[in-house]
This record gives sequence, structure tokens and C-alpha cells, in this order.
Amino acid sequence: MRTRRSGLLAVAMATMLVLAAACGDDGDGGGGGDNTEVEVFTWWTGPGEGEGLAELERLFTEANPDIEFINAAVAGGGGEQARALLTNRMQANDPPDSFQGHAGKELLDYIEAGQLEDLTYLYEQEGWLDVFPEDLIEQVTVDGKIYSVPVNIHRANLLWFNPETLNDLGIEAPPTTWSEFLDQAQEIQAAGKIPLAIGPLWTQEHLLETVLLGELGPEAYTGLWDGTTSWTDPSVVAAMEVFSDVLDVSDLDEAASDWQPQLDKLVNGSAAYAVMGDWAFAYLDSNLGLTYEQQYNAVASPGSDGVFDWLSDSFTIPVGAQNKEAAEEWLRICGSREGQDAFNVLKGSVPARTDADTSLYTDYLAWNLPQWTDPNTVLVPSLAHGAAASNAFKNQIEEHLGTFVGDRDAVKFTENVQSAYESTSG
Amino acid sequence: MRRIRAWGPGFLLVLPSLILLGIFVYGFLGWNVRVSFTDWMQFGETSGFVGLQRYSELAENEVWWRDVRHLLVFTLVFVVGSLLFGFFMALLLEKGVRGENFFRSVYLFPMAISFIAVAIVWRWLLDNGSGVNTAGINKLFAYIGLESIRSDWHKTDSGWAVAAVALPAGWALSGYVMALFLAGMRGVPDELREAARVDGAREPAVFWHVVRPMLWPVIMSALVILAHISLKTFDLIYAIDLRSPRIETPAVYMWFQTFQANFYARGAAVATLLLLGVAVFIVPYIWYSLKTERRR
Repeated sequence: MRTRRSGLLAVAMATMLVLAAACGDDGDGGGGGDNTEVEVFTWWTGPGEGEGLAELERLFTEANPDIEFINAAVAGGGGEQARALLTNRMQANDPPDSFQGHAGKELLDYIEAGQLEDLTYLYEQEGWLDVFPEDLIEQVTVDGKIYSVPVNIHRANLLWFNPETLNDLGIEAPPTTWSEFLDQAQEIQAAGKIPLAIGPLWTQEHLLETVLLGELGPEAYTGLWDGTTSWTDPSVVAAMEVFSDVLDVSDLDEAASDWQPQLDKLVNGSAAYAVMGDWAFAYLDSNLGLTYEQQYNAVASPGSDGVFDWLSDSFTIPVGAQNKEAAEEWLRICGSREGQDAFNVLKGSVPARTDADTSLYTDYLAWNLPQWTDPNTVLVPSLAHGAAASNAFKNQIEEHLGTFVGDRDAVKFTENVQSAYESTSG
Repeated sequence: MRRIRAWGPGFLLVLPSLILLGIFVYGFLGWNVRVSFTDWMQFGETSGFVGLQRYSELAENEVWWRDVRHLLVFTLVFVVGSLLFGFFMALLLEKGVRGENFFRSVYLFPMAISFIAVAIVWRWLLDNGSGVNTAGINKLFAYIGLESIRSDWHKTDSGWAVAAVALPAGWALSGYVMALFLAGMRGVPDELREAARVDGAREPAVFWHVVRPMLWPVIMSALVILAHISLKTFDLIYAIDLRSPRIETPAVYMWFQTFQANFYARGAAVATLLLLGVAVFIVPYIWYSLKTERRR
């Protein structure tokens, strides 16, 4: 009797649990779609970006006091965890009203699956086609349609260094070509320092893209992503040989575990150079409190002067968003000059718009911003950060890169990547 | 009717968990196997059946075989290492040290820490920087004048790099193995030991002939628990050196195939193979425990 009663109790409790779970789901999913709220999904929780998002939220609620802003941020650096969670929500037809994604090819999977709204009309209404650089518009357009609104621009092709270290080494200026870099590397090694600090695989991929860009030039580099440059072309193989030489003078065997410790080696003077995107600025400036041009500095990575290797955080509206009009209002804030200036000053990036208030940007950003807005600057998309290659292609490049770093077989690498391009671009 | 009354209440009792398990474990296992036979890539779900093509692709993929090799090394070092350490710690505690409770908790605590946190700490401990960048365990070696035994840990060129990752994994779990062994040793009745002593057996002989045979069930369970943890280890490897080709294992490979490349079919194929790998350990264990239970 006793067992039976507890058995029934167990059944009852299990049933209640199931019911409770079901109710909970309803509570979360229901928003009614009456545009009284907007759920914005990002991975901006870290220092700088978290404050930037809060500032955007403030501007949004000021302009739209009737709409409640729901911050659905998921922590985690480059957004891997956020993307995995987002995938689940998209599969379950429970999309947020707007989500963050790297502009460019990273969004391609969503676009091909018909999961993103075409936002070209917003661009026309808001006049964004005239204020975003033409190259950028072209590189985020898929079959004549634009699916996301870029909020900020980061730059990937940068060579960071510590001026004091270069002084000690008697090096007058950072290298302007990779072969000049390799020459300098001999001296730096002779002085017992590491010529180039490096980190985990994604930083090696980041380095690969800057070497390819520097050796092939912007046009052939861009061609790698649209099929007009073959990976098996002798010039690409030669560039891979250069990449191998560059790896040889890096501290690959003692690679740092992340990009901050990688830059720490510049700060403590044990390494001369590091290739890193300009999120390094926020780290060196705010976290470490160093002085621009005195204790750290950056130039375009070798062979890429006048070229801007960009990546961008952008916002989208998924198909099936419950509060589509509220999401449009959110995107209007994201694309506005006021919104972009407020956000980027805090995030440590430059606005995607070319009409920013330049007085707000100081130090490194004051050096970088005019290059972004200069109409003569050539824009190219970043591989390591999702702008250049589709997710499937990028993943295969990373796989082959891991092998290449071990065996240094440039011919095998380029053949593998070419066939990966063919199999993923169809 | 009487029959139903006999098994009915028991059945009702397990029914909720049966239903939940049936849907959320076995149903989804089956779904996963089904996906592995398709060409599902990217978000738009496709149901084009391609048979075993995903598996034959893996068989020709050198990255896959490299990862399998890593997994074997990792499993070997992790399982054997944890068993040995756990066993010796249990042996020491079993002898009745003062403050046993304290030591038991100290050894057991690492298990309470998530693998991600373990990885973040050990990523620094296993740093292989040299010169001014020396850190972690290597720095400790340097302090005590043992610079010569500094190691590159998981960043070494050797095929055994992944063995260094077994270090934090073993650190986290050998305390748990210790607890298992300790319970097993305590479960041996004192009368049996005393009887052996009366017959003139010395302590090592008592252990070998009396305690050891009774530890087999413990070793079996520890082996199964450790082996399946080993096959599933993802977070530790992911966080200790993101995507390093020297330590990647199939579980990490599966994650990148599924959530980065959005190649769901291949991710599902890897998951299915991992499931089979776990079955290799679990099925004999279930068979063994069923057999021993029946014997009772």
C-alpha cells in the first residue's frame, strides 16, 4: 500500500512537472506580436560592448517609450555559444525580433534558408545607401538584397607593436611588406626576442588572411571568396610559402592561449609584433591603461596599406519575428548616426556610416576612422571573422589550416581548399 | 486482473520516466541516427537519404582519423591514470589517516568544478611560454631549480600532446574514483580480513587475496564511468586550446561540424559513432551486471 501511494505521488509529481514546463514555455514564447516589446539577441556582454548596447537601448527607449526593450544577450567572446543557441531557436520557429550577426557570408546560411527579412526597403527609407561605403553595401548584398544593418566596423589587417621594443632593437619603422618583415625577423631573433606573437588557431587564420591579402593584393584576395581567384593558382601557393616562413619566425610552438596573452607579449617586450584586429585597442587602452603611440601602436599589416580588411556586427530581422515593426524601429536606431556614434565610442570600433562625428574618436580610432571614410580606401572582407566565407567553407579552411600548420604542404593545402570551395559554394 | 495488480503499480511508478526517457533519450538517439543518413546541410532541413555516405566520407578524412587517435590516447591516459591515482589515494585513506574526512573532501572537490572552469585554470598552469613568458607549472619547476624538466604540455609536436589534457581531466575525477574505491574497500567485512590474519597472512597478502577480488565490481563501474566521460569530453578540450589540431577529439569535431559549419548530417554521423564507442564500454558492463544479479 505504501509503495502504491508513493507511486501515485510520483506519477502526479511527474505530470505536474511536465505541465509546469509546458506553461513556462507559453509564458516565454508569447509576446502577442503587438509590438509593445522588442527582443534583441546579441553576444555583447563584455566590457565596452555591454555598455555600448546599453547606450543603444537608452536611445531606443527614448525614441520609442511604448516599446519595451528585452536584452537577450548570451555571453561568450566571438559568439559561438550565442550562435548555437540561436540555431536552436530558429529551428524551433521561435526567433528573437532581431539578432546580431557578423555582416557578410556568415549570414548566408540563414539567407539561403529564407530565414531573414530583406531589409533593402529600410536602406531606401533611411537613406543608408548613401551613407554606408559603396564597397561595404556591395559586399553585404546577396542577389540584390540586403539582409542586415551594420552597426560598427572592426579592422583586421593591423600589425601591432610596442614602439619601445622597436627602439631597443634599433628598428626604425614597422615593415611594409612581408619580405621586409622576414628580414627584420632575423634581427629580432638575433636579439633574443620573438618576431611575431601568435595565439590559438583562429589567430593563425587571422594571420593567414593578412598574409594572403598582403601578398596577393586586395583584388586577387577578394577573388578567393567569389571564385575569380583559384586557390591552386601559383601565386596563392607562393603566398602560402610566405605564410609558412612567417609561422617559422612566430612563437607558434609556444602560442598564447588567447589573444590577450598574445598581446601581453608585446606589452612585456618579449615579442616585437602581433597581427590582431582592432578590438586590441580597447584591451590595450582601457584594460591595461597604456598610452597610444608611446606604449603601443598599430599600422596596416604588411602589404595592405590603403586597404581595409573589415568585419562588422550587424542586426537582422528574422522571418517570423513577432514584433517586426518594433524590430524595424530598433534597426533605425542601429543605423542612425547618433546610435552608431554612441555605440562605437564605447565599443572601440568605428561607425559603418561615413558621416560620423569625428571629434568623438580619439587615439587609434582617430587614426583609423579617416581611412574608413576615405573613398579611395579599398574594402575587403575578413575570413577569420565571418565576412568573407560561408560557415561551411570557413570551417573546412580551418580544418585544412590545422593540418597545414603541422605539415606545411602548400600545394596540398591549396588543392584541398579549392575543392572545399567548389563543394560548399554550389 | 490479478496479474495487472501484481505488476501494475510498479509499472505506473516507472511510466513517467519511461515516457520521458523514451522521447528525450531514445527518441532523439533514433532521430540523430536518421539524420546521419541524410545530406542535411545548413538550416533548411533536407531529407535526401544518402545511406552510409557520411560515414564513408569520415573514413577517408584524415582529420577524423587524427581525432580518433587523439581520443584513444586521451582515454588511455585519463582512464588508467585516474584509476591508479584514485586507487592509491583510497589505499592511503583506508589505512586510517588522521583527518580523513578533510582529505576525502579535498580530493573530491575538483569533481564539483565544471570542466570549463578546470580548463581555464589548467590552460594557464600548462602554459609553455619560455623566458619572461614562463608561467604555470613550468614556472614552479623553475622556482625549485628544475628548469630542465619543463614541458610543452599539450602544445608539444608529439602525437601524445593530448595526454597533457588528461592531466586536468584526471585531476578532476581521480577523487571520485578514490571515493568509489574507498567505499569498495570499506565494504569488505572485517571478519574476512581477520580470518586471513588468523591464518597467518601478512597485510599485503590480506589485501591481494581478500580485498582485491572484492574490488572488481568497483573497478568495472569506475572504468565504465571514466570511459564514457572520456569519449564525451568536449568542454575541457574546447576551452584549453580552441581548435588546436594537436588535441582535437571527435566530440569537438562533431560540435564544429554541427554548429559552425551547420553540416548537421556529418555532425550526426560523428555523434552516432561516439554513441557506438560508448556502447562498446557500456554493453559488456550491463551484460556483466545482469549476469551477476541473476546469479544472486
